[in-house]
Amino acid sequence: MPLSEEKEKELEKTANNIRATMVETLERAGSGHSAGPLGMADIFTAFYFHILNHRPSQPDWEDRDRLILSNGHITPVRYVAMAYAGYFPLEELKTLRQINSRLQGHPHRGSLPGLETTSGPLGSGLSQACGVALAARLDDKKHRIYCFMSDGEQDSGNTWEAVMFAAKYKLNNLTAVLDRNNIQIDGYTEDVMPLEPLREKYESFGWHVLEIDGHNFEQIIDAVTEAKAIYEAPTVIIAHTIPGKGVSFMERNYEWHGKTPNKEEAEKALEELRIAAERIKRTQ
Amino acid sequence: MLNNEAKLNSKIFDRDVELVPIRNGYGDGLVIAGERDKNVVVLCADLKESTRSHLFAEKFPERFFELGVAEQNMAAVASGLGISGKIPFMSSYAAFSPGRNWEQIRTTISYNDANVKIAGSHAGISVGPDGATHQAVEDIAITRVMANMTVIVPCDSNEAEKATEAAVKIWGPVYIRLAREKTPVVTTKETPFTPGRAEVFWDSSIHSTSSGQARRARLKPEVAIIACGTLVHSALVAAKELEDEGIGTIVVNNHTVKPMDEDTILRVAKKTGAVVSVEEHQIAGGMGSAVAEVLAKKHPTLQEFVGLQGVFGESGPPDKLLKKYGMDVADIKRAVKKAKKRK
Repeated sequence: MPLSEEKEKELEKTANNIRATMVETLERAGSGHSAGPLGMADIFTAFYFHILNHRPSQPDWEDRDRLILSNGHITPVRYVAMAYAGYFPLEELKTLRQINSRLQGHPHRGSLPGLETTSGPLGSGLSQACGVALAARLDDKKHRIYCFMSDGEQDSGNTWEAVMFAAKYKLNNLTAVLDRNNIQIDGYTEDVMPLEPLREKYESFGWHVLEIDGHNFEQIIDAVTEAKAIYEAPTVIIAHTIPGKGVSFMERNYEWHGKTPNKEEAEKALEELRIAAERIKRTQ
Repeated sequence: MLNNEAKLNSKIFDRDVELVPIRNGYGDGLVIAGERDKNVVVLCADLKESTRSHLFAEKFPERFFELGVAEQNMAAVASGLGISGKIPFMSSYAAFSPGRNWEQIRTTISYNDANVKIAGSHAGISVGPDGATHQAVEDIAITRVMANMTVIVPCDSNEAEKATEAAVKIWGPVYIRLAREKTPVVTTKETPFTPGRAEVFWDSSIHSTSSGQARRARLKPEVAIIACGTLVHSALVAAKELEDEGIGTIVVNNHTVKPMDEDTILRVAKKTGAVVSVEEHQIAGGMGSAVAEVLAKKHPTLQEFVGLQGVFGESGPPDKLLKKYGMDVADIKRAVKKAKKRK
């Protein structure tokens, strides 16, 4: 589906709203991760509001596309996107990380309909996605399987076991989106454990590789469309993103990987997002 | 006497009792399960023949997946299949799966409540010459501690076949513990097997009417031997020898460690007042510990533990290893006598 200018503006607006709600949600929760979820807001928006074939009112619809989140710690952005998409009331976001909540600190499949898998411990989401893709093939199903993963979890051996497996079985119904934001808890990825050349690594493992700006809706959607046309291999979309995107003092700063804003910081962030919202409105 | 209702192998105490590896029953069970249900798929981590999953691979190549030496990937791929309507069986040596991939099993299978069956072969010290690296003696502990997990330890190849078929009907994660070496065939195809229901295989207070057994005097059972897996046969041999010495026992095949058949355990504990647990596993956290948890809570009973005593094994012939590490027939008899004395 090509992207009209009007639709693109609408996605920008939605992503901005998701960011603002996320800042409020994280501030209220008082613990969790900020930079990763903000950086992935555009990609989640593109998927939940344009790419995915899904039914928020029927989360277990058999033919839905599967969105598997490997790096479970960025789940706040998924929760907020799901709430905006209509999976559950926005009000429920207030329960994130609280007792008796469906919104666990890291996603738990059994707690909230619409979550495909349980994740948090890094490096095994791509394997789970491989299993889901294999099952779809065995059942001759046409839905797509998407796996979002972080760059930090490329450190993990389990990830590369899955990379080999997907190539061996030519899982062309599987598209991975790798959030290349260059940060992880202990610092910049290239300091913690150098990953580059990442593109060449995936290519040599038999994958089709696309690289995009993870904040450009047209590029996100075009890459996913291209991946559907690749029949001989799984595709990985290396999405270059800015961690903390949309909040200037969080952007590109790994110290914001694993913490949440306090009240003052949240207000400052929300003010920036309000200004961004007005800018989007003006250009519409 | 052997419990007739258990319909055990009539040659159980004979010198020429059939010896079959427990893992063979898994291989045969997989083929039956695959014939009955097209959703059964099998995953393998470069140990096709030794886990006996090659039989399934030959029959259903399109439902067999070889993942190479990658047990973590195997667990999480199985998870993905299990949450998508498939019934994956994943097999390797127990030291590697559920050993190496414990976290993937915990998060993506157990907590995720994925319908995955995990078969751990080469469990116990009787793996023999390969040595302690390949002798899984912690697998019962690390699987039974997980929520949502069923843990089954078959005592012979027939029971392993039944456990494999039964696992298909249990919704959710199941761990089946298998052994490498040839093990005496204790049960028959007719022996009852229901997951979660322990069976009394021997009770010195009952008379046998079968022609194979000489009619003996009834003996009041003084100790209940609760065994699982490869050592069920040894427990029965010990019970028979003890009977010759005038000591009555009950032997329970406690094949399902989780959920445990508390009723049977409590019944035999109340009847005898002393328990000996027997397993080829570390005493800490094993089947005997699970029995002790039940008894401590509901009917405190003195207990002796036959199992590995907090050390690693080593290379050697299985029988010599079991003797050296305190898990042979003589050790079971000693434990029974000690328990009797403590009463």
